[in-house]
Amino acid sequence: MTPRILYCHCAYARVLAPEVKQAVLAGLADAGVEFEAVPDLCEMSARRDERLQALAAEGPVKIAACFPRAVKWLFHSAGAPLPEEAEVLNMREQSAEAVLHNIVGVKV
Amino acid sequence: MSAVLQVVMQPGASAQALSALLEKGYSVRVTQDAPRTAVSDPTEVAPSPSKWKPWFPVIDYQRCTNCMQCLSFCLFDVYGVSKEGKIQVQNQTNCKTDCPACSRVCPEVAILFPKYRHNPINGSEVQADDLRREAMKVDISALLGGDIYSMLRDRSAKAKSRFSKERDEDRALKERLNCLNKLQQAMDIPGEVLAALPSVDEIRRKAEVAKAKAEEAKRQFPS
Repeated sequence: MTPRILYCHCAYARVLAPEVKQAVLAGLADAGVEFEAVPDLCEMSARRDERLQALAAEGPVKIAACFPRAVKWLFHSAGAPLPEEAEVLNMREQSAEAVLHNIVGVKV
Repeated sequence: MSAVLQVVMQPGASAQALSALLEKGYSVRVTQDAPRTAVSDPTEVAPSPSKWKPWFPVIDYQRCTNCMQCLSFCLFDVYGVSKEGKIQVQNQTNCKTDCPACSRVCPEVAILFPKYRHNPINGSEVQADDLRREAMKVDISALLGGDIYSMLRDRSAKAKSRFSKERDEDRALKERLNCLNKLQQAMDIPGEVLAALPSVDEIRRKAEVAKAKAEEAKRQFPS
């Protein structure tokens, strides 16, 4: 089963380097893959957004966001525990190249 | 709270357009299944960027021991207890933006703020050094010279007695500022949060309510 792709833009804070998130977003758009991009996972978690529950329930997913521990417990906090096979790519620490390589196997 | 409106675009969509939508609070689904820039539900109200910066504690339940220190510590009723007696974040929007103080008092480094600057409160993996140095745990007793609530009571009593004799308000203000500065530096609490703290009596009342809540939960659900 092909993992779904989720991208978090962290729109309400400046914790992600703009050049990293823009490059990841551009890379995903250029790769011609299907993905879901959301403004801010923290905000969705606070609202217990139903889409988080749907994403968590649909099997393998690759998430481009921040620290895996933070993402895991944000989903949990929203009542949507992530499946074991979920993979979180950390745009706070990894380069855009590394994130995109892992998600779509391409270089920026 | 932000938008629930979802925009559907086809693969190959411009990253600039995507980014602009995300900044405005739209979620975007890029899929083959729909025509370019079709709005999935045009009856929805267009979103506007949230005024609330999503800043709130997230509990790592793999580390949390349900000690309830966060519940006793927070003066803003962010924490509560579930029906099963488990600590949980119940009022996210009560949390004071950029204040990570409760994570500092957590003895297990189990409270994270994903938008915080520094490790491991931002959700990075907790390292042995974090625990060994107890860098995350500020011993308020040591910081303020004893139990914080008895200290506040003593301070209040002394202040009343001193004011009745001397009315040395300047000195009291200076002491308070010193104390607040210590807290601000040690716990990285924004000045606005400290400035907005309730009165000593109100803090005491809230602390007693929170303590009673924590004790009741522990009594009902002993670990």
